[in-house]
Amino acid sequence: MDNQQFRVCPDTGLKFFRSAEALMKANAVAAVVFLLVGGIYGLGVGLTRWPAVHLLQADQFYLALTAHGINVLLFWCIFFEIAVLYFCSSVLLGCRLAAPKVAWAGFALMLIGALMNNYVVLQGNASVMFTSYAPMEAPPLFYLSLILFAVGALFGCFVFFGTLVIAKNEKTYEGSVPLVTFGAITAAIIAVFTIVSGAIILIPTLAWSVGLISHIDSLMYRLVWWAFGHSSQQINIAAQIAVWYAIASIVFGAKPMSEKVSRMAFLLYILFLQLASAHHLLVDPGVSSEFKMFNTSYAMYLAVMASMIHGLTVPGSIEAAQRAHGFNSGFFEWLRKAPWGNPTFSGMFISLIGFGFLGGITGVVMGAEQINIIVHNTLYVPGHFHATVVLGTTLAFMAFTYWLVPILFRRELIMKGLASWQPYLFGLGMSGVALFMMGAGTLGVPRRHYDISFSGTGGIVHEFPAAANTLMALNGLSVLLAVIGGASFCIIIVGSLLFGKKLGENEKCSVSMITAPPAEEAYEGIGKGPITVPGTLVLAMIFFVSFAVYYFINWKYLAETWGIG
Amino acid sequence: MSEQDEDQIPMMQKLLDNPFILLFLGVATPSLLYLIWGIMEIVSIPLAK
Repeated sequence: MDNQQFRVCPDTGLKFFRSAEALMKANAVAAVVFLLVGGIYGLGVGLTRWPAVHLLQADQFYLALTAHGINVLLFWCIFFEIAVLYFCSSVLLGCRLAAPKVAWAGFALMLIGALMNNYVVLQGNASVMFTSYAPMEAPPLFYLSLILFAVGALFGCFVFFGTLVIAKNEKTYEGSVPLVTFGAITAAIIAVFTIVSGAIILIPTLAWSVGLISHIDSLMYRLVWWAFGHSSQQINIAAQIAVWYAIASIVFGAKPMSEKVSRMAFLLYILFLQLASAHHLLVDPGVSSEFKMFNTSYAMYLAVMASMIHGLTVPGSIEAAQRAHGFNSGFFEWLRKAPWGNPTFSGMFISLIGFGFLGGITGVVMGAEQINIIVHNTLYVPGHFHATVVLGTTLAFMAFTYWLVPILFRRELIMKGLASWQPYLFGLGMSGVALFMMGAGTLGVPRRHYDISFSGTGGIVHEFPAAANTLMALNGLSVLLAVIGGASFCIIIVGSLLFGKKLGENEKCSVSMITAPPAEEAYEGIGKGPITVPGTLVLAMIFFVSFAVYYFINWKYLAETWGIG
Repeated sequence: MSEQDEDQIPMMQKLLDNPFILLFLGVATPSLLYLIWGIMEIVSIPLAK
């Protein structure tokens, strides 16, 4: 292999295949641009839901809601994930990228699809929201844009799998692939199922919108669409957890507590995570209770267990590494003395806590058929997925980007002071968004509605408790904080790419970009007695108690909804 | 890695080391348990007369 095709990073020793490097840059830049666009629409949505502000008119609100959902849930996340797939294959395995021309074709299709979608939605007659439920009809270009984007992403997945084959054939690694790459394999597998499901439903819907098919069954649409719509968020979860493991290794030199256990948890994702799509159908009359309960309350719990395993092993591996580095006193010295001013770490840790406590626990509540009914189709649902996809995935990707700017783009970060605060601003704002929307949802405030007073609906009157208005106002304030955090991220990253100090190919960054793993013997005798990670166990116990208490509170709500006797 | 070494690799590790078997399982399992099962239930709903 021609060595000119590779660059060796002076900070990390990682080998960058130049074609892969250019593709990662293109995908990462596109991701941040669509995050910015989607975030601006999100501000409009949040300020409209704030009753005292109520910024947009109804038609503008639904346009903004559509554009916000698609830009951030699909375009930001999947562009970034394609960059992660190329990083986890070509860079981590130290090999060339399979078929760079196919990868560029995939990128072009994704970009054309994303731009076309924004164009169609901005025209104003495709405000069908992210779910685009048939028989609500959008122009054909809307469906075509999503199909083009999905096909492009599928190209990216094929290139990823091809790269794995190249690495194995050229023996660029020994034994099993690294755990982070295994997490990326999990994300890519879920992506293939997701994209195929999208094709199964979006191609006939496109045919229906141009008049080739007379009818799309709405129940069938919902069933198949959710295999695409919900699973696309499961790609995010798998990629986000791969990023957690990567950051633990980068910042602390941490090694997984048990490779076998972590890989088994990823296998549970591969087999069962996509089945959670069924919780969107829990009140649909056309599918049986057996279908609903197997796919949510049984199979989904195996995926939940996998998330809890990752939620234990990631902080556990950090604790063990910190203790091996000498922070071995008490239960939490390892956590107190963690680099909280480093946005790569703080972003990742806030992502982990927010995803587990806010996103994970509420996801289980929504997945239980009985208590789902309290919050089904209320604002609780967007509250939940802002905790998973935004607080969890987006913050993890932001944290990773701070590390990627000097390593991949060879630029120093600008505004490092603001960068060290950014994860806290965004994390606090988004925690508020998630909590206050879930609170309003518990009081019955519906999702996908621009005015909770139902004005202009021809006499429909419903008085929500006064607390609902307060919660919506607090949600609006939290949106502002989150937008300040999100805008800070975009300014820092775009500013760094344009104006950050250029690093020469062999020039090291001014700060250390990777921590050497502790020596094996440093792990001996860490922790308290036989327990090597007591702090993580305490955190896990707090999580379990919170989980149980919140779960049973919801059963109490249900009991109050339908009193007995 | 010699052939003898490969024989000693546990079955589960062989599975986890093969992304294409995992890809098959990851597509087949939800296709069967979610898509096909769900579609069969919907198409078996009797038509209104």
